[in-house]
Amino acid sequence: MTYHDLVIIGGGPAGLAAAVSAHEAGIDDVLILERDERLGGILNQCIHNGFGLHTFREELTGPEYAERYIEKVLDCKIPYKLKSIVADISENREILYVNSDEGAVTVKAGAIILAMGCRERPRGALGLPGYRPAGIFTAGTAQRLMNIEGFSVGKKVFILGSGDIGLIMARRMTLEGAKVICVAELMPYSGGLNRNIVQCLNDYNIPLKLSHTVTKIHGKERVTGITISEVDANRRPIPGTEEYFDCDTLLLSCGLLPENELSKSAGVTLDRVTGGPVVDDKLQTDIEGVFACGNVLHVHDLVDYVSEEAERAGRQASEFIKSGNSENKEYIKLSAGTGVRYTVPQMIDVKNMSGSVTVRFRVSDVFRDKAVSVYYDDKRVICRKKRILAPGEMEQIEIKKDSFDSKVPENIKICVEEQI
Amino acid sequence: MKEYELTCIQCPIGCALTVKVDKDSVTVSGNSCPRGVKYGIKEVTEPSRTVTSTVAVEGGTIPRLSIKTRSDIPKDMIFSVMEQIKKTKAAAPVKTGDVIIKNVCDTGVDVIATKSIEKR
Repeated sequence: MTYHDLVIIGGGPAGLAAAVSAHEAGIDDVLILERDERLGGILNQCIHNGFGLHTFREELTGPEYAERYIEKVLDCKIPYKLKSIVADISENREILYVNSDEGAVTVKAGAIILAMGCRERPRGALGLPGYRPAGIFTAGTAQRLMNIEGFSVGKKVFILGSGDIGLIMARRMTLEGAKVICVAELMPYSGGLNRNIVQCLNDYNIPLKLSHTVTKIHGKERVTGITISEVDANRRPIPGTEEYFDCDTLLLSCGLLPENELSKSAGVTLDRVTGGPVVDDKLQTDIEGVFACGNVLHVHDLVDYVSEEAERAGRQASEFIKSGNSENKEYIKLSAGTGVRYTVPQMIDVKNMSGSVTVRFRVSDVFRDKAVSVYYDDKRVICRKKRILAPGEMEQIEIKKDSFDSKVPENIKICVEEQI
Repeated sequence: MKEYELTCIQCPIGCALTVKVDKDSVTVSGNSCPRGVKYGIKEVTEPSRTVTSTVAVEGGTIPRLSIKTRSDIPKDMIFSVMEQIKKTKAAAPVKTGDVIIKNVCDTGVDVIATKSIEKR
């Protein structure tokens, strides 16, 4: 069995940034395993602009952003394998991958970085009634068909779900000459970024119907239309509010799910809310030497944050390869209080933490003129006023090591509360 | 005086801007950085967008090449620019940044490749 210091599962934005930072931290024996035919991951099909404002201080398209990191990987001569799918990871860091050149190969890794990304919630997981005609796509599938493979997806389009990919596809299909009738969203607020509502829907007069869902798909061979209904506060369709739309295509943009089958096979504990691994401040999972970053850890809105997180994972994995884990750890739990859905990381090792830890979280509802507070046990230590907080926009807060003066708290809680 | 409520699209924060247009001045509030002022003024005087799309590429390892206008173009030119883009074909090999359409629709802006595609 061959051995590599570091094996990275996935050659998308997270995997690439992690590889480069591990290389820069002095780890030469790195291997990236990617299942697609090229590096870059989902960025290759995200041809719209808006990437890289934080990382490169300029506005790039997805493929351009990916190319910057791919070039770094090539410059550093970091080995990678394409069209190679990982089938299994064991608890002792043995990785089984398969490709058509080598067959099934097992490699042993000093450390593993999980960077498999996420996938879209499919129709089957939404429980939409009706036949299964052609013309129903997840927004990302339609995006790939149009932008990479050059197919036309539909002429008269209805979009369910106002996630960013759905909004981006509303504009994309309009520009390609399709008529996008409407975007319906189950929740009373959009899951997408504000800017995408402005430049993808408002610019093209595409209506957004909040608190609505599809209650019937019409058509047997091909979609011929859909019926939507308004939903009540419990997201149940309200009888009598049905409205029919003629269309030949239904796009689904109803959420992203971290892709963690491999993490599970390695025995990694997953967080019920994020769907990703539970990690500490080093982005290490509960299996020693297995780290996670990017959308496999929790779904991000900005690739810039993915790259930054992945660079941290790369550095931490390098540290682990060089000197292993400290014997002497002291964990404190981070908990999501009122108005907060989750935090990443979920715990901090106060004995070994660096000077400052970035904690990312999402709120559970739209809040106006509230404050984000951090409590160490019962004591409020941070209170930051926020004009607006929305579930679609990830928030972050820094926890500084020197903020634990004499006494280390047992629990750190982040919550949304009234301004004072 | 006219007042506009806009969402800034310069970055993902999406600040809620209030733009006041007087006879001879435009003022922006609600922004959290200078880019918001610039955007607010431009959006009510001469709105513009960057257009991204794809063109067919011949002889390449993949059939579509992603492209963009090098900078923003007037908003009311978007569909004319798209017409030009749809008529255009590129040939592999292509490098990111290569000019695919020069001075598209006389906007003074080039359409450039955002992906490198090798010859098949």
